This record gives sequence, structure tokens and C-alpha cells, in this order.
Amino acid sequence: MSEQLHDIRLTVNGAPRNVVVPARRLLSDCLRHDLQLTGTHVGCEHGVCGACTVLLDGEPVRSCLVLAVSAHGHAVTTVEGLTRPDGRLSAVQQAFRDCHGLQCGFCTPGFLTTITAGLRDNPTPSREQARDMVAGNLCRCTGYQNIVASVLRAAELAAADHDRRADAS
Amino acid sequence: MIPRKFGARVARVEDERLVSGAGAYLDDLGADALTLAVVRSPHAHAKILDIDVTGALEVDGLIAIYTYEDLDGPMADPLPLLIPHPALSHGRTQYVLAKDEVNYAGEAVAMVVAVDRYAAEDIVERIVVDYEPLPVVVGIQNARAATHLVHEDVPGNVAANVVQQVGDAEAAIAAAPHVLELDLSIERSAAMPLEGRGVLARWDPDFGRLRIWSSTQSSTGVRAAVAAKLGLDLSDVTVTTPDVGGGFGVKIMHPWPEEILVSWAARRLQRPVKFTEDRREHFVSSAHERGQLQHVRVGFDDEGRLLGLSVRFWHDHGAYTPYGLIVPIITSTQLLGPYKPDAYRVEFDSLYTNTVVVTPYRGAGRPQAAFAMERTMDAIAQKLGIDRTEVRSRNFITPDDMPYDHQLTFQDGRPLIYDSGDFPQSLATLKALVGWDNFTAYRDAARAAGRRVGIGLACYVEGTGIGPYEGGTVEIETSGRIKVSTGLTSQGQGHRTVFAQIVADELGVSMDDIDVVTGDTDRSPFAVGTFASRAAVVSGSAIALAARKARAKVLKLAAEALEADPADLEITDGVVRVTGAPGAEISLGTLAVLSNPLRYAFDEQSKLATQFTVGDSSQPPVPHGEQPGIEGNDYYSPMQATFANGMHAAIVETDPVTAEITVLRYCVVHDCGNIINPIIVEGQIHGGVAQGIGGALYERMAYDEDGQLQNASFMDFLMPYVTELPDRIEIDHLETPSPLNPLGIKGAGEAGVIPGSAAIASAIEDAEGFPVRAMPISPSELFHLRLRHRRTPADAAAPAQPERKSIS
Amino acid sequence: MKPPAFDYSRPTSTREAVNVLAELGEDGNVLAGGQSLLPLLNMRLAAPRNLVDINAVTELDYLRVTPDGVRVGALSRHSALERSDDAARVQPLLRQAVRLVAHATIRNRGTTVGSIVHADPSGEMTAVLSLLGGSVRVAGSAGERTVPAEDFFLGPLESAVRPGELAVEAFFPARTPGSGSSFTEISRRHGDYAVCGVGAVVELDADLRVCGARAAFLSISPTPLVLDLAEVVHGRSFDDTAIEELSAYVQARIDPQPDIHATAAYRSHLAGALTLRAVREAARAAADLERTV
Ligand SMILES: Cc1cc2nc3c(=O)[nH]c(=O)nc-3n(C[C@H](O)[C@H](O)[C@H](O)COP(=O)(O)OP(=O)(O)OC[C@H]3O[C@@H](n4cnc5c(N)ncnc54)[C@H](O)[C@@H]3O)c2cc1C
Ligand code: FES
Ligand code: FES
Repeated sequence: MSEQLHDIRLTVNGAPRNVVVPARRLLSDCLRHDLQLTGTHVGCEHGVCGACTVLLDGEPVRSCLVLAVSAHGHAVTTVEGLTRPDGRLSAVQQAFRDCHGLQCGFCTPGFLTTITAGLRDNPTPSREQARDMVAGNLCRCTGYQNIVASVLRAAELAAADHDRRADAS
Repeated sequence: MIPRKFGARVARVEDERLVSGAGAYLDDLGADALTLAVVRSPHAHAKILDIDVTGALEVDGLIAIYTYEDLDGPMADPLPLLIPHPALSHGRTQYVLAKDEVNYAGEAVAMVVAVDRYAAEDIVERIVVDYEPLPVVVGIQNARAATHLVHEDVPGNVAANVVQQVGDAEAAIAAAPHVLELDLSIERSAAMPLEGRGVLARWDPDFGRLRIWSSTQSSTGVRAAVAAKLGLDLSDVTVTTPDVGGGFGVKIMHPWPEEILVSWAARRLQRPVKFTEDRREHFVSSAHERGQLQHVRVGFDDEGRLLGLSVRFWHDHGAYTPYGLIVPIITSTQLLGPYKPDAYRVEFDSLYTNTVVVTPYRGAGRPQAAFAMERTMDAIAQKLGIDRTEVRSRNFITPDDMPYDHQLTFQDGRPLIYDSGDFPQSLATLKALVGWDNFTAYRDAARAAGRRVGIGLACYVEGTGIGPYEGGTVEIETSGRIKVSTGLTSQGQGHRTVFAQIVADELGVSMDDIDVVTGDTDRSPFAVGTFASRAAVVSGSAIALAARKARAKVLKLAAEALEADPADLEITDGVVRVTGAPGAEISLGTLAVLSNPLRYAFDEQSKLATQFTVGDSSQPPVPHGEQPGIEGNDYYSPMQATFANGMHAAIVETDPVTAEITVLRYCVVHDCGNIINPIIVEGQIHGGVAQGIGGALYERMAYDEDGQLQNASFMDFLMPYVTELPDRIEIDHLETPSPLNPLGIKGAGEAGVIPGSAAIASAIEDAEGFPVRAMPISPSELFHLRLRHRRTPADAAAPAQPERKSIS
Repeated sequence: MKPPAFDYSRPTSTREAVNVLAELGEDGNVLAGGQSLLPLLNMRLAAPRNLVDINAVTELDYLRVTPDGVRVGALSRHSALERSDDAARVQPLLRQAVRLVAHATIRNRGTTVGSIVHADPSGEMTAVLSLLGGSVRVAGSAGERTVPAEDFFLGPLESAVRPGELAVEAFFPARTPGSGSSFTEISRRHGDYAVCGVGAVVELDADLRVCGARAAFLSISPTPLVLDLAEVVHGRSFDDTAIEELSAYVQARIDPQPDIHATAAYRSHLAGALTLRAVREAARAAADLERTV
């Protein structure tokens, strides 16, 4: 007997997407394999590593612990959606590049989404707050030193961006 | 003159793609591929009586199920024993699918091919395997006791017994004024990259060729292993390494059964097949490392100088020995670190247990080695009442002793000869960095405030950059772009960046014009792999040599074209210029065009090189002894390893009540010779230190007596988050260039991890005042150690009375 | 690590959810935040026939804060409770505890009611419900019932919610005048389930002497354990350092189990030590609150 399929509608990185999935399809798999957004990675599929973190209606969640059907009608932002419309890197992405915040890059998408939401809520984190912002994500390569530096650098870049926009208007 | 890239803090060329989500890791490829999943043994040791697949046949999405019975030819033979050794008298390897016995929980028993992973797991669940459980051997003590055997035909569970000695250590110890004995243990951990293993294969039936993508540290290794198993010629198999989400050793093992199975199934089914390991599988089927028991006997004089050192250790290598004796050999040979005992004897048994195989994990036997040596140094200092740094100093090999021959045989089968290093200077630098001499005051002040803090240090020497060889190819395209290729693979170390830096300097081009490819057997069919901190040293050297060849050809061609003396030419920003003659210049791209005489014009540029345009009709279009195009190709094959070294210091705080252990500061002094890119070296150290702290305080593989891994998840295998690490990892570099290679570099990949357990044990010991002889250590264990040493929380804040169990 | 197949429904109102569940009976399972259920599904340690996803029952996404306490709807995420200043004012223990549940990203999705129904003996909010003497409102085809905390937890991962029922709301009573609370725990890594944790509520009389004290324990017993500590600390000054016999008192009344992270003895030691810490902090908090009133 074949499995029942469900039509779902998601807004992914700002664009409406319709997908047909079985109920058990994980959001992570739906993004990666149904929508070919392979920037979201899975490192554990039990909620601990954070590599799969995406923004669901703006808030970071583990996409390996959300059923795609549960996300029906909601907005999802993945790492692919962080890049600016003109193709330039966002402040957080740029900061990771500037500060050598990644090595193998496998954990990176989860950090980038988490920090993007974190800096939205707290644009001027202290070092302690920067550490706290990334405290739920595992990285096996970097020892986190440069990731924390990237958070602080991203805050600087975003502030400079903001000033530039304010000047321009 | 463009500033040199070598040594500069250059941002990585890899990152733009990776931070945009545009990386291509294994599971991102092959959207059209079938999924392979594996039925794994739930038992640690059992006979397979029957495999019943009938319940699985009805499941939607099933393509095929295979068991050992379906395999023939080389496929039905055991997997290769990759690194044979004369002492490995009882080497054993597993079958791609278990034949009639399983020897660890997680061993592959049957394989399923299905339309996707969901269906594949449905099918796996419905395959019923009938096992007859056999007695299980878990833990080194049980392996040694040999009441039960892992392999019936391996007496005593001993795969190998190896002895090396220099001088007569036993006699020296017997005659020494002081003798200490220590029993030490280090538990199992694992590399645990965030991306598990994965492999994708496509069979091309029209040409009889196989294309494989594998998340591996050795594309050429996978290629050779698969070709052998499938009876294919090497040139009919291509292995490409996509972006790899970390390796740290576990991906150097080749082939993994799945690499063979995927390839075999792709050919058999004539459809692309992919295997993506999940985290639970990674715990029970990918390699572990570290587990050793050690017994150290040391004889020393009143000054603390080592007269004789005798180390006996037992190494748990799991159920099989696919990677030979590499890990325990490294332990036994790198144990001496920066010291020169008068006499040394080391003996180890490599033992079978019914657990996952043990193959190198970053550090590869050296963390155990540093633990044995450095705990011994601390014990000597304690015994004689002299400073821990002082006893080390008195035993150092000095710069004047270099090159220093230990008269031992290293892991590459070559003599263990240190090429360089300045250990006294490293120690002085470390003491200054951590504030060693002021620590007593700090500790006393903390004690007065009811806190317990301690400082520890540990030293190591690491043989890096071993052979056999790597190659490099540097090719100049007619567009002026530089294509660089080397066969070893990358798992996030930033090789593309450092190799581009090397080439940019050698050729005088901008890094933006350089594309580096690693780990593609089509581009570089001859290569070994990424392990033992060898990539920068061996491939880096090969690429430098290749770039020099390309440069020589460029200068020769340009000299002809510009009618100048090659000695008057310089290359800047991709253009060859005659010094002091403005306007006399030619670009590398144009030279590349001219270097390749053409019959056909494909575009405006190539018209320049067609037969009616160029050439001296008195000569063949390609002169004798020359090749068309500008390509430099070379190999670098080191005579021996080059020895990097370092010293770490840790300051820890232990909670007098809860026994929680916090690393307050962690300092690293590190000498990897000339540094190509400090950002990358520091990143390597940061990551290594995190793994060192993880290995010291958090990570272990907890097997129960039935051979079940009890913590096969990230919930219970405790890799550190940022919150478990000190706020800053402090680093100071020393650069004593290696005389052995053209760039003067030494490996840096493993430096951060090696002395972690030793340094932290030393610091905890300092804080608590009793010996710490087993790592990792958890708060629960520290609590029990305190009970054993009768120090209850009530008297916790009182100064510790040093007491030692060891015999003297 | 992929879930097994199951049938799925997605009601949009409480009534519809209750009807679907009632119809499915034994075969129905609620999916709330999924932060406990999905790991079990991914590891195939659970194989429900039917999942009734309540994530579209938006009417259950509420926090109601009144002077008598905090009512948490079944779709309210941990993060909402953590952020609510109103809830923290009426019952400070809620924020003290909920911020210790997992990592922020898990709290964005996991529900407080879900964690209570899940009845994990290591769950902070189960301990809080028990310590405060809260209750859970449960709806079924026969109507609603309110189950007090002391009857709610039946065993590890076993609550009084029966098949076919939906827990719709958890109620946490407000802080009583003169009382203060604290929640403290030790976990191997920051954000992990606690090796041991203790929540305490201490009441002070007008002279700032202890007149009541209770503590709840995490990872110590199969169901949340609450101990009344009044007989040890009654009448003591709130900053009395001589209340150390509390530890022994607690240790005599618990029987923790070992696991790979901690021996029973170490857990017991922690329970004693953390009780002391929690009671002192709670008493200090009570005193501070009294002073600011
Ligand atoms: C990495 C990680 C770390 C965690 N650490 C902690 C921790 O430290 N402390 C802690 O307390 N928790 C922890 N959790 C669990 C987390 O708090 C969960 O959110 C919570 O336990 C369950 O809530 P949920 O909404 O996700 O429930 P679900 O996972 O959806 O459901 C859990 C169970 O409760 C049932 N259920 C849920 N809601 C209802 C309802 N309204 N009516 C009837 N039945 C219902 C479900 O059927 C299921 O059986 C952790 C989770 C993860 C993934
Ligand atoms: S893959 Fe989702 S948290 Fe690890
Ligand atoms: S960069 Fe490799 S896991 Fe973080």
C-alpha cells in the first residue's frame, strides 16, 4: 500500500513553493531533496547539532525535528535565503568569511541562520551574548573561537550597513 | 612587486560558496540516485544462522536486497588489510557483508537498495536475521584475560606484539636512584565529523566505466580498493571528492564496506546508487580511537633526568585491523616527545575486542603517547619536589642535538630522526604566555576564596608530512587562469587557499586567477591521501616544485617572444615583463596560447597559434624534448617525516562541591616551521584544542559488557559546544623552519589535540592534590576520586595534601 | 534515521482535535512541538499509527497570566513562557526553570504542555508543575477534567493523559506572598538534560524566618519528586548557613539511579548539595521580594 501524500504550501526564502510530501517527510529532507535547497545540512537528525537550523516564521528551529506537513502555510528561511537580493553576502555570511568562521562548512548554515535571527533580536551583543547566541550549535572544526568573533564582526558590519542606509536616505 | 602571499593572513578562497549554501557535499549530489542502506548486527558477537527477507519484499520502494550469498569473486573475500606489518601476525579484516559471523554491533550484514532512505529503512526493519549470540569481549582487561576470544583462531586476542628498544632500559631502571611506576588509561573516543560518511556511484554501461564520489580522505585509495574488488582497471574508475564535512581521520579508512557496496550495486543495477550514513550508524560502524592501558616504569637521577624508561601498553583496536598497527606504533614511537632518555623500551599488544574498529583519529596514538610521557614527567617532578617545567627542561633534546636520531623505527618504516625544533625556547614562550611563574600566587588567592584552581602543561613532538609522496600540477590556461591540481583531499583545512598562496608567489599571479582542485583522480591519478598533517608539507612542496617548473617554461617562452634574457624577466600579476624596459611584456595567457601550436583556430586568441602564423619551419612545431602547453608537474617524496612540536598549558577550576571541571585558560605554543597562512594554522589549533578538551573532559565511547554502545547519539556522546570551552584559546607561534622540504614547513593539522588530556590531567592534579591517571574524567569520576582520597566537600577548600599512590 | 510511515491529520480547532483523537483512541498520538517525539520517530523508537498534529490549533497558542497563576495553552512554546515578563512576575520559577530547558532553538518549537505530558523525569517543567502543585486540563470525548500534578505523573514517560485525550492547558499557581523560588541544575554540557536539578520554593514569615520550604528533583526519581523540607528549616533565618543537614535529609529520602554520566552516589551528592544551593537562593529571593514590596 502506498503512503498518503499531502499537498503543502511553504514560503521558502520569500517565494511560494508547493510540494507534495508524505506526512513523515522531515522538513530538512523536504528542503534538501524536494526543493533542492541543499544548503541546509543534517548532522544528527535528533536535534542536537543544529546544522539543520532554519528560520520558521523568522525563528530558528531544527528542521530535522519538524515535519514538512507541520510547516504548511509557514515561511521558511534557509541559508540560501540569507544572501542579499543582489547576490552579495549578508553581514553574517561576510563576517564568517572575514573571520575564518568556518572550516569544513558543514555546520555553517545552521550557525548563519541562528545568528541572523539572534542579531535581529540583539544587534549589539556583548562577547558573552555572542557566545550564548551560538551555544546550541555544534562545530567539530573551529573550536568556536572564530565563530564568536564572526558574530561580533557581523554586528559591526550590520551596523555599518545600517548607517550607510541611513546616510543614503 | 606584489607582496608575498606565503605567510600572510589571507582569507580563504573556499568560503564564499560555503557560506552561501552552495557547497556540494556528498548527500547534495545524485538527486536521481537510489539509496543504499545497511542491515547492521545488533549483536557484538554472534553467528549468523539465517537471513529472512520475505517480510521485506512487499515494501514499497524496494529495488534489491543483497547478502553475502550474492557476492562472488574478490567481493566475497575479506576487505584489504591496508597497512601490513611484519609483527601483525594475526591481522583480520571484515567482509563487505558479514559471512557467517559478526564481531561488533553495527557490522554490515545485508544491504538494501530502495528508492529513498525512508523506504530503505522500512525494508531494513523487516529483514529478520537469526543470530546465535557468542560470548562478547569488551574492554582491554577482558581482551587480555582472553577468557573468550573475538576470533577463534587468534590466541589471547593478540593481533600483534611489538617491542622496540634503545639501550638496556631495564638495567638502567634497576640501577637508577629513583624508580616510579604508573598505571594509566585513556578511553575510546572518535573523530565524529559533523558530516558522516557517504558515497555515490554511477556506472556507465556504454563505456564500462565507474564514477564515484566519496566523502573520503583518500580518493586514490578508494579508487584502487574499489577497482580491485570489482575487477576493474584503475583507469576505468574515477573518484572525485566533493566538499567534505570534516574527516579527522575516520575518512582515511578505505574502502569502507559501503564504498564497495554502492559501486557494486550501481554496476549490477545499472543505476546510480548513493549511501549517506546517518549519525547512529556513524557511531556503530565508523572507526573509533584512543583506548589504551599503559604501565610505565621509569628510573631517574636526583636531578630528574631519565635514565631508563620502560613502557608496556595494551591497545584496543576493536574487532579488526584494517589499518594495521599504525595507531599503537605511533604511540610507541612518539611517546618520547622532546625528551632523550638514556634507554627506552616499549612493548605493546594490539588486542581484539568485539567493538567497532580503531583507526587513526586526529592525533592518531599521540594523545595516548603524550599522556604516558607527560604524566610520568609530572610524577617525577612531584617525587623530587621540583617544578614540573624544570624536570622537563633537564630532559630536553637541545637545538644543538638536531638532527636527533632516536634509533627507533617510525610509522612510515623509516628511522625516527627529528629534523628541527627549539624545545627550551618553546617552553620559555609557554611559561611567559600562561604566566607559569606567577601561578602559585593566583592559586593561593583562589584557595583563600574557597576556589580550587590548578595549572598543568604537556609537550609533544609530532612527525608530520610523511611519504610516500604527493604530486602537483600547475597548468596555465590560455585565459591566463592557473589550474592547480593535487590528488589528496580536503576536509575543511583550507588547502585550496594555501596551495593558491604558494602558486601565487611562485608564479607571480593573483590568487584570484588560481583555481585549485583536490582529490579528483581524473586530474591527479597518483596521490596518497590526507592524514598525519601531511597535506601542506607534501602536496604543498609538490605544488611549489610544479609551479617552479611552470615558471621556468614561462620564462623560456617569454624570453623567446620578447627576445630577452630570461634573467631579465619578472612576472607580476600574470604578466611577464622585461625589467627596465617598459612596454616589453607578454601575458601568461598569451604565452599559453603560443606554447600550444594549433591546426585550428577556435577563437580570436587561438588564431595566434595556428600553423600559418607561428613557428620556425626549420623545427618541428613542438621542439624535441618539449611538450605543448605550459604545465608544470612534479612530485614530492620526503625522505622522512618532518617533526613539528608544541607545548600546551591549561588552567582549570574544579568545583569543591559539585566536582564540575572548567577550563579557565588554554595556552598553546606551537612550532610548525614556516607558516603559510596564520589564520588557517590558528583555526587548526582552535579546532584541535576543542577536540583535546572534549577528549579530556567529555567524550568517550561507553560500551556495556554486551558490547552495546550506550551513548550512540549526540545527546550522550558529549562533543563540546562553545559553552564547554574557554573564552579564548591563546596561541603563540615559534617558527623553526624544516630543513627537509622546499618551503621549510611542518604539519599543523593535529597539533591542537595531542597534549590535551595530558595537560588537563596535570592541571586537575594540581588543583586537587592527588594523581589523575585515567582520562577522560567526568565530574562524577572526580567526585569518586575525591572520596577515594578522603577529601570530602567539607574540607574541600583546605589546601590539598599531595599524596601519591605510586611506588618509588 | 527517518520516521516510519503514519497517517496524519491536522485539526484546526480544539474541538476538532479532540474529536479526531477520540475517534482514533489507542491509535492516535498528539504531535505538538515534536522536540521529543520526532527524535523518537527518527530513531524508530516509536511507531504511532496516526499523528494528530496540533500545530494548526492556534487557539491553544496562549499564555494567560492572572493574579492566581499562569495558564499555558498546549501550543504555547517554551520560548513564549521564557519571554513573558508577566508570567515571570506572577510566578518567577517559570522563567528560572524554562530557560534551563534545552537550547533556545529547541525552546522555539517545543511546547511546555508537551514536555509535561511527555513526563520525562529529567524535564524541568514537570518538576515545576509538581513543585508548585499545578494542574493539567485534559479534554476527551467525555468532556474535560483537571488533573492535579500529584496525580499527573504515573511513571517515566507516562502521564495521566489517556489515549484519545488532549492536554489543553497547564496551570501554574502564582507565587504566594512571602515566598521565593530558585531552580538550579548540573548538566554535563550547557543545555543538556540535567544530571541532577533542584527547584525550591521557600516561604518566609514577617521576620524573614523560614516557615515553609519544598524542593523538587530532576533526574533523581521515575516521576517528579517533591520533598517538604519544612521540618529541617522551619524557623531558621533565611541566610542561616547552618542548614547543611538539609543535604543529609534529602539524601536519606532519595534513591537515584546510575547512568553513563553519573553514579548513584554522585547524583545523591548533587541532590543534597543543590538542595542547599536552591533553598538558600530561594530564601534570598523571597527576602529580596519582600524588601521590594
Ligand atoms: C536536543 C534536545 C534537548 C532537550 N533538552 C531538554 C531539557 O533539557 N529539558 C527538557 O525538559 N526537555 C528537553 N528537551 C525536550 C523538549 O523540552 C520538548 O519540547 C518537550 O519535552 C516536548 O514538547 P513538545 O511540544 O516538543 O512535544 P512533542 O515532542 O510533540 O510530544 C511529546 C509527547 O507528548 C505528547 N503530547 C504533546 N503534547 C500533547 C498534548 N497537548 N496532549 C496530549 N499529548 C501530548 C506527544 O504525543 C508525545 O508523546 C530537549 C529536546 C531536544 C531535542
Ligand atoms: S541535524 Fe537537526 S539538529 Fe542535527
Ligand atoms: S566548520 Fe566543520 S563542523 Fe563546523
